Amino acid sequence: MYVAVKGGETAIANAHRLLADRRRGDRSLPAISIDQIVAQLGLAVDRVMAEASLYDRELAALAVRQARGDMIEAIFILRAYRTTLPRFGLSVPIDTGRMKIERRVSATYKDLPGGQLLGATFDYTHRLLDPSLLADEPVADPVRKQADESAMMRVSDILADEGLIEADGRLPEDHVPGDLTREPLEFPLDRDLRLQALARGDEGFLLALAYSTQRGYARTHPFVGEVRIGDVEVELDMPELGFAVSLGRIQVTECQMVNQFKGSANNPPQFTRGYGLVFGQSERKAMAMSLVDRALRAEEFGEDIVAPAQDEEFVISHSDNVQATGFVEHLKLPHYVDFQAELDLVRRMRAEYDAKSDGNDVREAAE
Amino acid sequence: MDPIKQDGSAAVNGRKRAMELLAKASTEELQAGWQAIKAKPKVHAVRGPESGLVMVRGRIGGGGDAFNLGEATVSRATVRLGSGEIGHGQLLGNDRERARLAAVFDALRQRPDHRQAVDALVDAVESRVAAEDRKRAEQTAATRVDFFTMVRGDD
Repeated sequence: MYVAVKGGETAIANAHRLLADRRRGDRSLPAISIDQIVAQLGLAVDRVMAEASLYDRELAALAVRQARGDMIEAIFILRAYRTTLPRFGLSVPIDTGRMKIERRVSATYKDLPGGQLLGATFDYTHRLLDPSLLADEPVADPVRKQADESAMMRVSDILADEGLIEADGRLPEDHVPGDLTREPLEFPLDRDLRLQALARGDEGFLLALAYSTQRGYARTHPFVGEVRIGDVEVELDMPELGFAVSLGRIQVTECQMVNQFKGSANNPPQFTRGYGLVFGQSERKAMAMSLVDRALRAEEFGEDIVAPAQDEEFVISHSDNVQATGFVEHLKLPHYVDFQAELDLVRRMRAEYDAKSDGNDVREAAE
Repeated sequence: MDPIKQDGSAAVNGRKRAMELLAKASTEELQAGWQAIKAKPKVHAVRGPESGLVMVRGRIGGGGDAFNLGEATVSRATVRLGSGEIGHGQLLGNDRERARLAAVFDALRQRPDHRQAVDALVDAVESRVAAEDRKRAEQTAATRVDFFTMVRGDD
């Protein structure tokens, strides 16, 4: 129960002024700029964009700065900003097959067409703290080599020719892609809505669920068919012109997870798949998303639903960290009246208990 | 194909290409392009410039049916030149002035006396973007794994 209470205005104003001071920190240090956050804390910016479900590096960097690096707070701020803007339209679906590749690796084919491109990766680093970053030491320019700029085939297309892997996901002919920002979720969901929810889902939550499937809670025998990171064009249909134009490029990470086969009397055995697609550079999130996507398809494949990662309502209802933090953190807001009521109740219960045990004591003494 | 249609689609392609490159042009490039125009026409705002969102869609499995991935900020503007041409500018991000300038150039490009100047700007943006793309592609290419098989000394 919430009751209007007055009297906190000055304290709140002073608290926010103190917050601004602490955020700025030591004035003898230069303030961090939005450009610096975009350029040097890029993966933090990417996570905020992905989970706020709003692609805008500058605004995400602003949110990171405003939130003092608290990611979920930054995501919350950016999500809130999103609601103030009108929607101009829906893009033509992005074509990840025509991505400007910055990284692309496959764990299933060593010599796949286009090759294994490591890109700027933390993989194979020794995870030792680098003291050279304590100072501003000069950084060498990257090495360059002759590049093949033709489109890179998807790994899922390699086995598709033989029918050994399931096709890209299809929904019924008349299906209109669901949009959870416009209509409340109603379970069960179609796969398109699940993917929208997972794409904005909390990285830590999805990572833990994905890990749980690997540890045996709904095992799916996954292989990373391919992870690719790079820029894709975002095209918008222009009704006033009668054609679609590109608005520019966004960076996305895509994961094609290949999972153990399924077959039935009607369908020959073939590999199944999970799909991950995330704004910015985040292969951990894209991989976790693809594992959870596959686990959530249990019913489609006639698998027993025995583990949390397969439970659509559980997973999707708890994957949004803005909702989650709102409900958890609201507990610290004044609940004085609630608590007074509970306190009153427990006092009465205690009085009854004491009265009863006093009675017992008297009886025991008498016996 | 009949020649009129062919001309029509060439005109559409030319305009589409110009609009897409104007969307990639920096503020500096657009402003320099505007400065370079000597007889500047009057420009009236028809719509915007304004910022909003576009819902970016992906495809299930990469090539399947569409799903809503998340939104992106977009700025757009529509302008009319004193001589009547309507231009549209639309680009990712919050930069409304860039969108307005892109719309101005889209309109200018429809005038024969300005076509060349606009195309020069568009060509310059195209070569800058291509050079940046090539550089990034070459940097990525240097991280390509060249596998070799270890020869085992079995005998």
